Amino acid sequence: MLYNKEIYSFARQCENFNRRNTVVFRGLKFSYNAANGQIKKLYNKIGNILKNGLTLEGINKKFGETETLKHIWLKAKAGKFLTLLGPSGCGKTTLLRIIAGLEIPDIGKVILGNQDITMMPAEKREINIVFQNYALFPHLNIFENIAFGLKARKFPKAIIKKRVEKKLEVLALQGFENRRPHQLSGGQKQRVALARALVNEPEVLLLDEPMSALDARLRAKVQVELRRLQQKLQKTFILVTHDQDEALVVSDHIAVMKEGRIIQTGAASEVYDNPKTEFVAEFLGAANLIKGEASGEGIKTEIGFLKLKKMPAWINGTVAIRPEWIKIRETMPSINGIKGKVAEIIYRGSEFDIRLQPCNLRVKTSAYRNFKQGDEIFIELAPEELAILDE
Amino acid sequence: MSKIIVWYGEIISEKSLLKRGVAFIAPGILWLMLFLIIPSVLLAIASFAGRGEYGELVWEFGFENYKRLAGFSLFGWTGDYLIILWRSLITAFFITLLSVILSYPLAFFIASRSPKKRYIWLTILIIPFWTNMVIRTYAWFIILAPDLPFAKLAAFLKLIPNGSPLYPGAFAVYLGMISIFLPFVALPLYSSVEKLNWELVEAARDLYASKTRIFMQAILPQTLPGLSIGIILTFVPAIGTFVTPDMLGGAKYMLVGNLIANQFGASRDWAFGAAISMGLSLLTLGSLYFYTVKAKKK
Repeated sequence: MLYNKEIYSFARQCENFNRRNTVVFRGLKFSYNAANGQIKKLYNKIGNILKNGLTLEGINKKFGETETLKHIWLKAKAGKFLTLLGPSGCGKTTLLRIIAGLEIPDIGKVILGNQDITMMPAEKREINIVFQNYALFPHLNIFENIAFGLKARKFPKAIIKKRVEKKLEVLALQGFENRRPHQLSGGQKQRVALARALVNEPEVLLLDEPMSALDARLRAKVQVELRRLQQKLQKTFILVTHDQDEALVVSDHIAVMKEGRIIQTGAASEVYDNPKTEFVAEFLGAANLIKGEASGEGIKTEIGFLKLKKMPAWINGTVAIRPEWIKIRETMPSINGIKGKVAEIIYRGSEFDIRLQPCNLRVKTSAYRNFKQGDEIFIELAPEELAILDE
Repeated sequence: MSKIIVWYGEIISEKSLLKRGVAFIAPGILWLMLFLIIPSVLLAIASFAGRGEYGELVWEFGFENYKRLAGFSLFGWTGDYLIILWRSLITAFFITLLSVILSYPLAFFIASRSPKKRYIWLTILIIPFWTNMVIRTYAWFIILAPDLPFAKLAAFLKLIPNGSPLYPGAFAVYLGMISIFLPFVALPLYSSVEKLNWELVEAARDLYASKTRIFMQAILPQTLPGLSIGIILTFVPAIGTFVTPDMLGGAKYMLVGNLIANQFGASRDWAFGAAISMGLSLLTLGSLYFYTVKAKKK
């Protein structure tokens, strides 16, 4: 049911567009008879294709000697917001360009719905991209910029006007129609770039670090707006970013990338709560990493014995705990309690970052207390808060 | 006491800034006045003068020369001069157009080379500038000479009789002029292509643009600055060009440049020559105006 609205709008546009009662959808031709109520059947047929989302199967890409992407398997669920998160140079932008059709993988397939689109040229894909620098056409005004894709596909003028105006409204760009891109602020340009992509009603919207040119305050605002927009439209969004806060704010799912590989995928909260590697734990938020040796019901570590919720698969390995998961106690807790000395306090307005010695743990607390350097405090590393890494 | 201001980091009084500006600009203005404005005015005046018995200027003013240029003579109307003007305009237009068509691939080719190779290609493009234009034009006589491959091929295709050269004529004029003007289009175009933002091309492609649309919307607007310079640098000299059509066109392909040269030389009718020159200037200005207005609209 999720897609009914979307298919409906697609088919309605086809009805206006194509008098022969055939709809060409991703190279597949559907005939229908509007009088016999076959439209509904058609929606279901196309809907089944749409539900499959976008799948990447074993993507490899080399530039010269550098292996930019190594064996990428990934699924972007239809109607969900997926973020490719990783440091610069991890191949996330290349992966996005492969999905857009601006690069071709050396090995592997890109599958949209049930169709292999690996070799389909960019101009044929029902996928649109928002570029990092927006790539607005400087000689066209905002209306013409947004109408670009529809005009290229020779939509009737009236439909173009209607759809562009709707997007102008959704993205709060009314009144800017006749301006040129250089007369807009960064945030406005970004919304134009979004409108220009979305007006084509793509199956998948790709966003290549679209907020890197905005200042911090505006970025935070736009992130929330982007999330709302995606939830309203129920489209598949794939965002590339190196900003972990951004990834957490906007995404349903996160795929963490490093050196051309996908390290971990999952729901945003799952990846944050259960990082599998040191890299993910430290890249997505802050983390205390504690090395130890499995023994009894927990692990033996430099800072003492820590009880775990379940036994790890390894003998020697690492557990992680986020600074805000560590609780400060008045007395020594009976399980996983540690005594530490306050070595450093960083005041962040709504919370304190405290570094404890000699255990070398970082603790984040919003509880107001007049901590002083040198204070001795008790902390609790509750077993359910300790994430067991893969090694 | 004049006001003290900060001029791009320099603290200076307005008065001395003005003095300095005048000192810098004056020689250039003077040069223009002496060698462009005054001669142009004199030319305009001369175009209304008459011709004496021995070819000298006679200061009896009238519109005779312009009437003659428009084709009215003692023996009725003839379009000869207008045809020459029109032919010059059309020739300049097509030479500019062909140079642009040839330059686009060339500019993209050079811009896509590695920086080192780029300079080699640019040098090859500029080398003809080092040779005198007359000598370069003479070279065409050899290339197009009878019984050489090009002429033989043309004879084989029955375009010219056997044993004759490929000159004089329109074909030779076009060859010679394009070879002269190609670098004037290719170089400025290259500088635009080199700075091309390819992301716009990708964006156009992503937005379902056809190849024509990609060129018109993503490439042309970006290369327009270089293209405009190239077009002006080619069209304006081409319309009044003299040496190449004189040598390669001969009597078969008279252009306005040769016509003017004839008036100041063989015919010794300076007043009429001045009138044709004025006509040429108006034609050039008119074309440029037409071009800029059109370009602005787009």
